[in-house]
Amino acid sequence: MRNLFLSALVATFACAGCKHGPKAPSNVIVVGEYGSLTGSEATFGQSTHNGLSMAVAEINGAGGIKGKKVQLVNYDDQGKTSEVGTAVTRLIAEDNALAVIGEVASSLSIAGGQICQQQGVPMISPSSTNPKVTETGDYIFRVCFIDPFQGYVMARFATNPKDKGGLGLKRVAILVDQRQAYSQGLAQYFAEALKKLGGQVVATESYQGGDQDFSAQLTRIRDVKPEAIYLPGYYTDVANIAKQARGLGLTAPLLGGDGWESVQEIGGAAVQGAYFSNHYSADEKRPEVQHFVDRYTKQFGKSPDSMAALGYDAMMLLKNAIERAHEGPLPAWRTSVRDALAQTKDFQGVTGKISMDKDRNATKPAVVLEIVDKHTVTAATIPPQ
Amino acid sequence: MADFLTFLFKGISVGSLYALIALGYTMVYGILQFINFAHSDVFALGAFFSWRFAVAYHLMHPTPIQAAGLLLLSMAACALTGLLIEWLAYRPLRQAPRLNVLITAIGVSLFLENAGQLVWGKSVVQFPTMTEHSIVLGGVHIRLVEVVAVGAAFALMLGLQWLVYRTKIGRGMRAVSVDHNIAGLMGVPVDQIISLTFVIGSALAGAGGLLVGLTYGQIKQPADASWIIYGLKAFVAAVIGGIGNLPGAMLGGLLLGIAEQFVAGYVSTTFRDAIAFALLIVILLVRPSGILGKNVVEKV
Repeated sequence: MRNLFLSALVATFACAGCKHGPKAPSNVIVVGEYGSLTGSEATFGQSTHNGLSMAVAEINGAGGIKGKKVQLVNYDDQGKTSEVGTAVTRLIAEDNALAVIGEVASSLSIAGGQICQQQGVPMISPSSTNPKVTETGDYIFRVCFIDPFQGYVMARFATNPKDKGGLGLKRVAILVDQRQAYSQGLAQYFAEALKKLGGQVVATESYQGGDQDFSAQLTRIRDVKPEAIYLPGYYTDVANIAKQARGLGLTAPLLGGDGWESVQEIGGAAVQGAYFSNHYSADEKRPEVQHFVDRYTKQFGKSPDSMAALGYDAMMLLKNAIERAHEGPLPAWRTSVRDALAQTKDFQGVTGKISMDKDRNATKPAVVLEIVDKHTVTAATIPPQ
Repeated sequence: MADFLTFLFKGISVGSLYALIALGYTMVYGILQFINFAHSDVFALGAFFSWRFAVAYHLMHPTPIQAAGLLLLSMAACALTGLLIEWLAYRPLRQAPRLNVLITAIGVSLFLENAGQLVWGKSVVQFPTMTEHSIVLGGVHIRLVEVVAVGAAFALMLGLQWLVYRTKIGRGMRAVSVDHNIAGLMGVPVDQIISLTFVIGSALAGAGGLLVGLTYGQIKQPADASWIIYGLKAFVAAVIGGIGNLPGAMLGGLLLGIAEQFVAGYVSTTFRDAIAFALLIVILLVRPSGILGKNVVEKV
């Protein structure tokens, strides 16, 4: 009886194997996507997905890549490291993705990147800015700038005198999310750049992403009377911190990074007049940007944020690389796409002109945005160092 | 001094929420001697119910009276949930071993979390905002909404005291907690009293859900760890105060809240929970049955 049960079990798994086993290359190109479609950073994943699917629709509308349609397969990782492993493994083993696009959060891109690197699958992170992401290995790329540059951008903006478009500040307190590689890295690079530019970090406090109460940290920050507070975290926490900071009578301006994207929609009065560094600004006049903003707004009914623009750029950059790569059986084809990606030079994207440097990071300028009502306006543009 | 008072008030604010939830744990334990693991989920549902009511009645910026209305609605909805849970999941197991009920409670908890996720999704929800003003007292900034929340929590706790110690229903509840069988023989409607205990405990959790949402302005999805941690801390607060003891649960909640804030403020935010919990272990070493708990020797 027990043997019967066991053999039935084996049969079930064997069958499951036939159904999802490796398929021969057909007339579609499968591109995998993993992202936080739900969870605390849900708007990041959703925007990225919108940008990506718009790019895929455009590519297929124009006849695909070398006559093959692109099929985007995506899995939700809920913003959890534990879910990333499952999602990426499924994309590679079950769906036979040629390349993988994901994630926004650096910790998750690092987790997914390790699997892609092991399996020899090229991965592009649209918007993870922590340097460690591409250090994972030579199959991992990104289309955004990295945090050492982003930290420098905000330090530069904060210390620049007012007549040169900056804030003219010296004393800054930092409140960092110690659970996120992104936040820790950005805090460190910001602090280093600030010191070099003549500023001073007057306090460094930390919290754990998802905490609800920040009054102890904010009270200590209030005691040192900073001229500004740097919050290199993600928008749900930042909105909460901003409200509690204002409630405790902290009036210093708030500064942040690209993790703030969409904080203007939920932060209310507390985030008015706050500044954050970002990848692009929807009010830029370049035709690529205006063209993209128009179509996106028409399709999704809202203006595209940076995550959407970077998602779009990631897919277009991948298309460009697949066109230059040699088609073949999957492992060789993947390697060829990787080589083509590494050779990318002066690719005209929505978020600027992208070239891959030797560490597979994109070099490009950054903008500083100011929050006004529920929108952002460009306060400064800072070129690559 | 200003810092000290800020931490103290914040401790009372967080602690009164713990206390409100701790009451639900302690009441059920007092009567049925089991830990209702689903209680923290009822608390999470309370936050979501009040958010849905606020959306339905366009009360995203409620006045104090409208907020009170939301509070009542949320309490009513949670009370009904508590009643259903007791009726469907726990009552059929009244004669079963305590372990079976405990496992069922875990099942109910998982069911509620996943059902909540299914209905309301997994994203962070923006909660109604009452006011973003603060009051300043001698250099101490206090957010008005937290003052309101603390006031509401204390009012509810006082109401519960009155109910348990001054009314006939309360006398019934106390009688059942001493011994159901004898209470039954004396003409106390045991089943109704047990249902009522769930109704009251869940209504308090519902109030807690609304207050936590108002305080922080956003709520995480029903299966998020933050709800479980709230529940865990409230449960610990109930144990510290002496489980089964109502004033003990309130005292335990406030103590835990204040200890946490002082540790975070003066020692380290990283080890806030670790140090706060270590303090509590010390309390339990000195008084194993909790601060206000009676030392009862169980006969085997």
